[in-house]
Amino acid sequence: MKYRFTTSASALAIVASSAVPVSAQDYTRFGIEQDLPGTCSYEATDAKDYSGRTLNIITHAIPVIGEPTALHAEQFAELTGAEVNVVHVPFGDLFQRIMIPFQSGQNAYDVMFYPSLWIGDFSRFLAPVPEAYVNSTGMMDVTPSFTGVATWNGEMIQYPMDGDRHYLKFRTDVFENADVQAKYLADTGNQLTVPATWEEYNQVAAYFNASDWDGDGELNYGSAEVAKRDDLMFSAFISRAAPYAKHPDVQGGFFFDLETMEPLINTPGFVRGLELFIEAQASFPPGGTNFGLGDEIFSFGGGQTLMSYSWDDAYIQANQEDSRIRNMVAAAPLPGASEVWNRETGEWDTFETPNRAPYMTWGWSSAVSSMSEEQEMGFDFLCFFSNEANAEHDMQIGRFGVNPYRNSHFDVDYWKGQGWADKTALTYVTTLSEMEESQNRVFDLRVPGVSQFMSSMANGVAEAMAGQKTAQDALDDVAKEWAEIADRIGKDRLRDAYSNVVTLEDNEG
Amino acid sequence: MTPTSTFGVNTMLSSKHFFLLPALLTLIAIIVFPLLFTIRVSFSSWDVFQSGLDYIGGKNYGRVLEDERFWQSLGRLSLLSSISVCLQYTLGFALALAVWKQVRGGRVLRVLFLIPMMTTPVVMSVIWRTVFHESLGPANDILGMFGFGAVPWLSSATGAFISVLIVEVWQWTPFMFLLLLAGLVSLPREPYLAAAIDGAGTLRTFWQVTFPLMAPITIGALIIRLIEASKIMDTVYVLTSGGPGTATETSSYYIYIRGLRDFQIGYSAALSLVYLVIMIVSLTVIAKLLLRLLVGKVG
Repeated sequence: MKYRFTTSASALAIVASSAVPVSAQDYTRFGIEQDLPGTCSYEATDAKDYSGRTLNIITHAIPVIGEPTALHAEQFAELTGAEVNVVHVPFGDLFQRIMIPFQSGQNAYDVMFYPSLWIGDFSRFLAPVPEAYVNSTGMMDVTPSFTGVATWNGEMIQYPMDGDRHYLKFRTDVFENADVQAKYLADTGNQLTVPATWEEYNQVAAYFNASDWDGDGELNYGSAEVAKRDDLMFSAFISRAAPYAKHPDVQGGFFFDLETMEPLINTPGFVRGLELFIEAQASFPPGGTNFGLGDEIFSFGGGQTLMSYSWDDAYIQANQEDSRIRNMVAAAPLPGASEVWNRETGEWDTFETPNRAPYMTWGWSSAVSSMSEEQEMGFDFLCFFSNEANAEHDMQIGRFGVNPYRNSHFDVDYWKGQGWADKTALTYVTTLSEMEESQNRVFDLRVPGVSQFMSSMANGVAEAMAGQKTAQDALDDVAKEWAEIADRIGKDRLRDAYSNVVTLEDNEG
Repeated sequence: MTPTSTFGVNTMLSSKHFFLLPALLTLIAIIVFPLLFTIRVSFSSWDVFQSGLDYIGGKNYGRVLEDERFWQSLGRLSLLSSISVCLQYTLGFALALAVWKQVRGGRVLRVLFLIPMMTTPVVMSVIWRTVFHESLGPANDILGMFGFGAVPWLSSATGAFISVLIVEVWQWTPFMFLLLLAGLVSLPREPYLAAAIDGAGTLRTFWQVTFPLMAPITIGALIIRLIEASKIMDTVYVLTSGGPGTATETSSYYIYIRGLRDFQIGYSAALSLVYLVIMIVSLTVIAKLLLRLLVGKVG
């Protein structure tokens, strides 16, 4: 009751503070350009007093998310007088470091930062975001996709502070070069255009592979992809398989059939996606089949490869001030598919305009533990972490790992203000904002045991990529393992959780 | 013995037991309790969605028997550890022989040889990953200078296996060197004097004197290294993540995936115990065989 009371009191304070105009007090000593108006602005946070109270936070290792956590924790401590302890944990340990205290009933951390797809595992241990914060200025501006990602069974339990999706990045100095276009047409009989399907992507990548198309004396390559097992490769595979397996007219599940909870991972759409992934390896740079996310960022961002797709990092790196390919890149939606598997009819449907299935991949999220005795302070910290000024500041620093998640972030002028060229900024903003409007989006499998499902899928895909199994055999084995995992977890429990994902995919949320 | 003296002995014995108690309790705390707890956990379904220590009988062990990936990783581990330990032994012995006798700069060489062993495996694996980087790493650059083509160090099954092997050998040969050098230094001089009087050459002295005398140390060194090599995890984790496919996935890395990545605590406990039993049995057999082969033959 005590906490309910304090949270309510805090809620009133927040609502009241949001109505107060921001003063001209100078907060630039915190590294921001200026304090921006908002519910949890620097000034509003400065008015709070948490002296003598302690907030324990667990987050990822520095720099990705860990660095902004440490930075804003220090600022929050200075503004409010609270003692804020931050524990940084490597990615591989983060899940168990959060989960074990949860399962053993220990109140180890008040605030957690973690990948948003773990919501199915953590949901029962998280405190719902109080109404006051749901109605805060920052939260009201969060896009519907990321509000949806933070919501579980109709209740917001994660605090959005990052937005992620996969999209295509390509070199404009090649695609828009008239000589290159003419040569490509002469050699292939096709116009050089930004790939609209994964087949086209593979063809373009193969054509430009192992040639010095940027004239720097070094060989360049066609495609950089995250292909290393256990290093987020599962997300790359989802991007590739999505347009073949996500039929816009078929509802009720992408990974599972929601009714029967039978795995769909070995259906022809996924198999086609995997076959094309295997084929694409021929256009990877040397060692590209062992590329993790860091390698992919370095390869595309460093100018080695023509195309890439994944999170924003490579795009940001390519457009940093010291980049030799700054403003020579543009963004586009992920390639689609001209043939899409219809699991209701059991046939391939042909699409004149390629089917697109934007992948709203997992990003970072945050939450407050339901066991925390400092929930009020925890939510205040998260509200401050993601306030307007901090979000704007953090998005400019690539290594922080904070990407656009609010409508106001899709502002071309903001990105041009970072030194980006018109096309670089415009394609970036357009690509990201159009994904929000898509009616055929794919989300991660956010259910209990998601790591087991993804680990199994990554292993099967890796076996096929390494030639140990055919695409069909590998995915058949994955489907068998998924069915076993589903049986262990319980199909009903799984269905209840998966319906949250299907709600988003079927645009019912 | 007088009653007084008997009383004194008893008092001394009980005092002795009393002083042993802390060590005994520590032993129970750090070895016996975790082992018993692991056994208990292995009979539970402790997972990401089931946190209690329920009882599911031998289901987890049944799963282990059917887990093809685990048995394949065990086979891979056996191959990797036997090749790497043999290479470490051969190179370690050669290096130990090289600096055994007084050579110029021997002390410096001894320290230099030990450097790889003193470095952190994870850090060294990151450096080796850079070395093996196929377009930016120096390994292929050096090969290119000699006219060789680029080697797919980490992106082909064979290349990745060899890469892990190279890092293991590089890191742990110094340990073998250290043990064998200590053995060589402690060897008696008389057999060598007798061999010299009999006119034995260098090779014959090695095979007839040094090698047999080193047999007990050899067995100890091989077993210690096999135990350590069978736990290989960090090198695989950093260098290849078990790939390409499952080409370098070892048992400990697989157990790590199941336990800490997938959070299948009960199942990974069962995997760990099966693995422990297999290791104890196989290493005992290997030790006996080595003993018969090296010491028994001499006797």
